[in-house]
Amino acid sequence: MAQQGKAKSLKDLNEIRSLIKKHKKNDFLFAATGMFVIASLTITLIILFLDLIIDGYPKFNLDFFSNYPSRRAARAGILSAWIGSSLVLLVTFFVAVPLGIAAGVYLEEYAKKNWFADLIEINVSNLAGVPSIIYGLLALGLFVYTFDLGQSILTAGLTLALLMLPIVIVSTREAIRAIPIHIREAAFAVGATRWHVVLHHVIPYAYGGILTGVIIGMARAIGETAPVITIGALTFIAFLPPSPIMPEVPFINFEWLDSGFTVLPIQMFNWISRPQHAFHINAAATGAVIIILTALMNGAAIKLRYNVRKKIKW
Amino acid sequence: MQDLVISPGLAKNFRRNFVEQIIEVGLLLSAVVAVFITSAIVYILVVEAIPFFQHVSLYDFLTDTVWTPNYSIKHYGIMALVSGTLTTTIIALIVAVPLGTITAIYLSEFASHKTRETIKPILELLVGVPTVVFGYFALMLVTPLIQKIYPDLTTFNMLGPGIVMGIMIVPYIASVSEDAMRAVPMAMREGAYAMGATRFQTAIRVIAPAATSGIVASYILAVSRAVGETMIVAIAAGQQPNFTFNPVESAATITAYIVSVALGDLEHGTVGYQSIFAAGLTLLIMTLFLNILGHWTRKKFSERY
Repeated sequence: MAQQGKAKSLKDLNEIRSLIKKHKKNDFLFAATGMFVIASLTITLIILFLDLIIDGYPKFNLDFFSNYPSRRAARAGILSAWIGSSLVLLVTFFVAVPLGIAAGVYLEEYAKKNWFADLIEINVSNLAGVPSIIYGLLALGLFVYTFDLGQSILTAGLTLALLMLPIVIVSTREAIRAIPIHIREAAFAVGATRWHVVLHHVIPYAYGGILTGVIIGMARAIGETAPVITIGALTFIAFLPPSPIMPEVPFINFEWLDSGFTVLPIQMFNWISRPQHAFHINAAATGAVIIILTALMNGAAIKLRYNVRKKIKW
Repeated sequence: MQDLVISPGLAKNFRRNFVEQIIEVGLLLSAVVAVFITSAIVYILVVEAIPFFQHVSLYDFLTDTVWTPNYSIKHYGIMALVSGTLTTTIIALIVAVPLGTITAIYLSEFASHKTRETIKPILELLVGVPTVVFGYFALMLVTPLIQKIYPDLTTFNMLGPGIVMGIMIVPYIASVSEDAMRAVPMAMREGAYAMGATRFQTAIRVIAPAATSGIVASYILAVSRAVGETMIVAIAAGQQPNFTFNPVESAATITAYIVSVALGDLEHGTVGYQSIFAAGLTLLIMTLFLNILGHWTRKKFSERY
């Protein structure tokens, strides 16, 4: 009997051991799968980069940046595209950043908890989920035809500003929410008004977080294609908008806002759509320019956020 | 207010309060812009789509399976575009759901703090890649690769862009799911470990069920992204409306159709021009429904620990 009992418990023990072994193996297999998946995603990202850079390599010279698009692929460049992109982003920046920060400050520092604040909140989170092409349709109906702004730099800048707005609002709010209440109370206690508190304390403390959101938003605006196509941006532009800076008084002019334009992603799209292989090289080179710009900006934003998190000592 | 003899101190206060009021109104107006944009989107889409629906009956719009606005016999059956949208979305999900979920579980339950801090920025960079670049990737790299395995594949097809779209939405699923899993309290993990469970058993039997609402919400948000994605499909799936669910055929999605019309020169006020607003309205309703569903899932089923 005792012999039998011992044999049984030994058998049980072996079973338990093999069970543990099996589960440990599963654990290991999953960890390996996880690492494999993440490695594949990273490799995909690297291939994407390298593919564009290798394909576009023949075009990486100064001529590519200083030539207009051309019917001949070898002579075509992205001069009008990068200048167009810069000017459009200038408009986007000056519209979306002040509006977004103001809206974020209002929601965090001023709004009382009522249905109206809820309504604004629901709208902001909802806008972040609307596909970008819908913004393009909005801009086509509203800016191009209702306000009669035409297919201009101003229209494109405003459209991208609408797209960027939720990003700026959300990051402003998150940055402000992280500031402890006693900072505000200390300022109120010495007689500061609400606006003083916001201007001298809240915004300076939230600055890093807000800047992160702004950079991420701008990086997204650079690569955004669909809404700009929808408002009817031209794909073949062989002229430059009037210069925003003049040599004589008043030094700044705003005629460029009204000018036709193209942007980098549209130029790339246009070249991809052509059947000749030579244009695909141009497309790859343009893609490389876009992806390097956006990767640099996103990288800066990630680094900045990391620094801000490390620096915070309340 | 009877007599405005104000002491210097009060006058300063008065001016100060007035400035404060102005600033508050200014900030309020900025916040109201968000409400204005939403209303404007709905207003523009509806107003431009109404003349279209006077021309094409809603019944035909929803049941016809041919979309030929440029032919002499015009058909406006949105299903020809919805089929393309659904097919590419489903392919994207087949790629993204397993990859995204595995990434999320690995990051939340297996990876060390240091690994997590290295991988998350990589995923963010992947989110930051412009979709036009992903489109190039689908057309020039992924489709030719698939053609090596399956030579009958046409240059424009839904398989290649679908797969690339899947890669694009992996980070969305991974980050939202990971947040949900990390929100599960440590005590639940410790309980499972104390009972002798491995990390994998804990993740699958304890953490994932506890975080179901967040994980499902991440899938729904991913669907919403895929449905609204434009440039990848416009570049690599062809822009010809085609009522098919066959991934190796070319087809247009709702978004790709809007792009193809915007690239041509349609007169303002024609039915063809208005058709993009009807298509846009369909798209908005689809994504709005998904976003609300995702939001609701997260709220409704999220358990409070």
